[in-house]
Amino acid sequence: MEHILSLLIWLPVMGMVAIAFIPREKEDLIRTSAAVTTGTQFLVTLLLWSAFDSQDGSMQFKEWAEWIPSFNIAYHLGVDGLSLPMVILTGMLFFIGVFVSWNIKKAVKGYFALFLLLNTGVMGVFLSLDFFLFYIFWEVMLLPMYFLIGMWGGPQREYAAIKFFLYTLFGSVLMLVGILGLYFYCGKTFDILELTRVAPEALGGILWWGMSAIKVIWVLLFIGFAIKVPVFPFHTWLPLAHVEAPTAISVLLAGILLKLGVYGIIRVNYGLMPDGVYWFSTALALLGLINVVWGGLCALAQKDLKKLVAYSSVNHMGYSLIGMAAVVAAGEAHGLNMKAAQAGLGGAVFQMFNHGTISAMLFILVGVIYERAHHREIEGFGGLATQMPIYTGITAVAFFAGLGLPGLSGFISEAMCFIGAFPVYKGIVIASTIGILLNAAYFLWAFQRIFFGELNEKYSDLPEINRMELFTVVPLLIITLFLGIYPAPYLDIISSTMDSIINHVVSFATFASM
Amino acid sequence: MENIFIKYSLLILFLPLAAFVIQIFFGKRLPRQGDWVSIGAISTTLVLAITMFVAMIMKDDPDFYQEASFTWLDMGDFEIRLGFLVDNITVIMLLVVALISTCTHVFSTQYLKGDIRYSRYFAYLGLFTFSMNGIVLANNLMSMYMFWELVGVSSYLLIGHWFEKDSAANASKKAFLTNRVGDIGFFIGIMLIYNAIGSFAFSDIFDGVSSGLIAGSTLTLAGIGLFMGAMGKSSQFPLHIWLPDAMEGPTPVSALMHAATMVAAGVYLSVRIFPILTPDALLVVAYVGGFTALFAASIAITQTDIKKVLAYSTVSQLGYMILAVGTGVYTAAFFHLLTHAMFKANLFYGSGSVIHSMHHALHEKHDHETDPQDMHNMGGFKDRMPITYWSMLFSTLAIAGVPLFSGFLSKDAILAGTLSFAQHHPAHFLLPVFGFAAAAMTAFYMFRMMFLTFHGKPKMPDIIDDIHESPKEMTGPLILLGTLSLFIWYTLPYFNPMSTHGWFTDLVVPSDSVVPGNPSAQQIEEGAHHAHHLAMYISIAVAVLGIFLSWFTYIKKGLSAQAWTDRFGFLYDWSFNKYYFDENYDKYIYQPSFRLAERVAWIDWELYDRYFINGFGRLTNWASKVTGKFDFDVIDQFIVDGTGRMAALFGRKLKTIQTGKLQNYVLYVTAGIIILMVIQSF
Amino acid sequence: MDQLNNYLFIAAALFSIGLFGVMTRRNGIAVLMGVELILNAANINFVAFSHFGGMNLDGHIFALIVIVLAAAEAAVALAIVINIYNNLNTINVDEASRMKE
Repeated sequence: MEHILSLLIWLPVMGMVAIAFIPREKEDLIRTSAAVTTGTQFLVTLLLWSAFDSQDGSMQFKEWAEWIPSFNIAYHLGVDGLSLPMVILTGMLFFIGVFVSWNIKKAVKGYFALFLLLNTGVMGVFLSLDFFLFYIFWEVMLLPMYFLIGMWGGPQREYAAIKFFLYTLFGSVLMLVGILGLYFYCGKTFDILELTRVAPEALGGILWWGMSAIKVIWVLLFIGFAIKVPVFPFHTWLPLAHVEAPTAISVLLAGILLKLGVYGIIRVNYGLMPDGVYWFSTALALLGLINVVWGGLCALAQKDLKKLVAYSSVNHMGYSLIGMAAVVAAGEAHGLNMKAAQAGLGGAVFQMFNHGTISAMLFILVGVIYERAHHREIEGFGGLATQMPIYTGITAVAFFAGLGLPGLSGFISEAMCFIGAFPVYKGIVIASTIGILLNAAYFLWAFQRIFFGELNEKYSDLPEINRMELFTVVPLLIITLFLGIYPAPYLDIISSTMDSIINHVVSFATFASM
Repeated sequence: MENIFIKYSLLILFLPLAAFVIQIFFGKRLPRQGDWVSIGAISTTLVLAITMFVAMIMKDDPDFYQEASFTWLDMGDFEIRLGFLVDNITVIMLLVVALISTCTHVFSTQYLKGDIRYSRYFAYLGLFTFSMNGIVLANNLMSMYMFWELVGVSSYLLIGHWFEKDSAANASKKAFLTNRVGDIGFFIGIMLIYNAIGSFAFSDIFDGVSSGLIAGSTLTLAGIGLFMGAMGKSSQFPLHIWLPDAMEGPTPVSALMHAATMVAAGVYLSVRIFPILTPDALLVVAYVGGFTALFAASIAITQTDIKKVLAYSTVSQLGYMILAVGTGVYTAAFFHLLTHAMFKANLFYGSGSVIHSMHHALHEKHDHETDPQDMHNMGGFKDRMPITYWSMLFSTLAIAGVPLFSGFLSKDAILAGTLSFAQHHPAHFLLPVFGFAAAAMTAFYMFRMMFLTFHGKPKMPDIIDDIHESPKEMTGPLILLGTLSLFIWYTLPYFNPMSTHGWFTDLVVPSDSVVPGNPSAQQIEEGAHHAHHLAMYISIAVAVLGIFLSWFTYIKKGLSAQAWTDRFGFLYDWSFNKYYFDENYDKYIYQPSFRLAERVAWIDWELYDRYFINGFGRLTNWASKVTGKFDFDVIDQFIVDGTGRMAALFGRKLKTIQTGKLQNYVLYVTAGIIILMVIQSF
Repeated sequence: MDQLNNYLFIAAALFSIGLFGVMTRRNGIAVLMGVELILNAANINFVAFSHFGGMNLDGHIFALIVIVLAAAEAAVALAIVINIYNNLNTINVDEASRMKE
């Protein structure tokens, strides 16, 4: 158990090395090794969960080793209630991702090698407690993603890949500047825990070009993370990347990579610059509102199913942003409303997980139909419900989960975000409830056009969803349903950590320093 | 005995869910496609509900109240507790749901015989019953909202049962989305209340309101927000548009959901939250309800589709109930909900029976063009389908408000409440006007429907021989519910067709509003009591008038419907076309919304992304070209290479004195020495 | 005639003639002869300074050494010239430019 986190991070690299030694013709062996690697990793994440103490809101399973002492950089890992669910989700989605990409024919060896490298990057970001390490993993993630989209993607893959790459790199650079700012002004350390202790006070009162250093660094880091989320107006890489990426990569992109943005904001911006949270929270809620409405309207107008789902991600992450802004409710200005803060932040984090499962499911389902019909034009289908009843049923559940139907997990997190943010941002929340309608509108309209009506003659021999595909979707479906009916297991994991984050933000926010 | 309420409620709640799960996964593989599973589960709930009902009667306690709740999610300070509330209203409502649901299940076995999605249909019925019971049992707004939405989904699925038809698919989507509009308000209301009170439970909310945690305009807004949910579900103006379209669903579904139970959920919610509605909110409620009652009735008059008539009649009757809540006699609203559930469900079954028979008859003739639901194709069915006829007639008499029938009692209670309200607030004299006018119209159009369908000469004589009474699975519910349209069931143990006094009024006693400024339950009761006689006379008069006009027009032919239509052509057109609501919504709401969405998507993709974001790319590209040019032409070619070229030039120039001839060098040396010496000498 | 200046004038004249020869003649032998003249001009100066400067026989000794060196140098130089002649068939020093090219 001592090095369980390291194991999680480096396991995929080991798998990658193993794959490197397999001759490229033995494709099945390559796939199997990837499945074994990610499967083992998934099991380890479950093991981690079972050993995790959910009462403890601080970091657990910490690992620390000196790395570059001259710059005070260390190999520092840890997991808490914020990252643990994401680690489990990562383990699961990568495992599922292997099966989703089972039908990849082109350069199988390279594909799975990059796939596993991506896995390491993602896992590393979630587990790093050293900012330098964090940044390195952040960048490690970027590279395989570029190739996975650029080589195995759709017709516009090169354009999409380079756009994705440049967009996120732009964010990373701003983030790097922010990190260095923190490094030099907070006692020359990259350690996130140390910075969490030191930074809120060390940064106080420093002015750069007449602006508070906190604001500057907040915005720098925020943009870096916001691009990943993606927050309007940094969202346009997403539809393109999603549409062009192969199914499994879309799944991972929506399921995990987008969550890194929210994770980063909560871990870094909230932890290191609580003053900035107060300063920025209204903007955060507003951005959430824009995400909800803009994403919803865009989704409504899409003709391509995958793009619709992509824009639904923009829409759904908006709820998360609104929920995150609610953390200020626990401050004195809002009457120490701990309830609202817990609901909001908990909702945001829950939404992040739920969107992970739901959007993954949606992308897999889009992939299923694309593989059969070779197009994704919503108008081009029709009446598939009679032809593929099981597929229709599963898609219906996924769509209903997407539109926030009670009994499915998305509802709870959306409701929590709303309830949490309401005491502080009444107007914004009321305006964003229009999202409830928009979600339903675009999902149901698309559902009708694809599945209802007379069966399109072209598709009268479309095969039903097969076992392998069912295997990838059903677990996600069960999670969505289970957490929708009984969310307590999830909320138990996060609640102590949420409390400590809220208390941290509230107790360190001084305003004097701004 | 004490605990059976909670235990049975749990069973009643979950049995239909179990049926749903079994049907979804195994339905197709079971014998008879598993309809017996669903029927078994639902009839068990009926037995349980009857047991609870009997227990309630035996208890005879108007204040009976049981609650059980559990922590659903807990984040420390923020927690949501879900739970049950069982009181007399709950028990009655559970019985209604179980009874109508059971009838629907039985009726459906024949009505949907041979349907390709037979087991799926029963599964959805189970889901619906589960969700509806959830609403009924909820003791808090949160679980109510959750089941509320689930009811919406099951309605979506059942309206869209024949999704091959575009009209059905559209109707199901429309129903869900229109309901969601109301749900937005519902949710905002929940948030306003939770924000002020910190709990979702009704009991906490009532306590909170009475202790003034939330008051004034906030409370009004919260009340109106919650009421918006009711408007959506109970199809109140201006969200009424979905219910008539929902008739695209199978007729038993219309009976169960879109007449008796689901649409009554809005009324049920209003009844539950009545104590926290402020006078302002109540006024809104009353006007919405009253206006809807009249408005929908005026549309029903001209409809030719038998189910559309019933649909608008349902909207109108729901308006009555809402009106009753708004004027304070909310127990009367619930009473009307109860009676209406019986007779309206029965009317739908009757129409289903007629349609079923028409459908078969047309099928025999291989006629797939004629609309089996259009009353202009019916007529003279009275002798062909006697059970259907008599059963429907009972229910029609009930809905028209004729004494001796159940509708008379409940309608009278509502009208008395409304009249009394207007007596106390003369400014709102319109409310009883709405009520009585709608009552007259109701009597008229319901008998119009009866006359057109069952009386007169067959309009399609060639099919009349193929019109048969429906099988016993369908006539059974008709007979049962037709009987339940009689007043006696609602006034026992008393026998007075002119008074509502009975077990219901004994057990369902209005409680005071917790909002300061509202009249107490006793004041409302007394007011209604005073208005009772006047209201009764007027309502009997208008009912008789309506029935007489209908008879005079359609049987006696003393008045030509055609002539009236021609004379008031534009009114007729308005009514016939439902006041062009769908068209106008389409023109002013849906289409602009889609256009907005398309515009936004265009801006996002074609403008923002293509020019702004990619503009950065292009800018960078351009800048790199410029710097590249500068780098090559200026720095490299001019400065760097220039230095070299300069060196080479000097080299070439200097090379010429490097002759390699020693003699020259010696000469230079000598010359140098001489020059030095010359310089030295100065 | 026992003035130092007179010797110096002669030496200067010899040096100038030798230098002129070195600078102007293309014939290797002639150049060598110019060099001899320059050396002998130096010898004269040595002896003259030695004699008139009261420096015992130091100047004479240097003059003798120079004569010996000059002889050796002449031998080597003539050997080079002969080799140049053997190789290039000329003793014109301008044409002995193989190293330059």
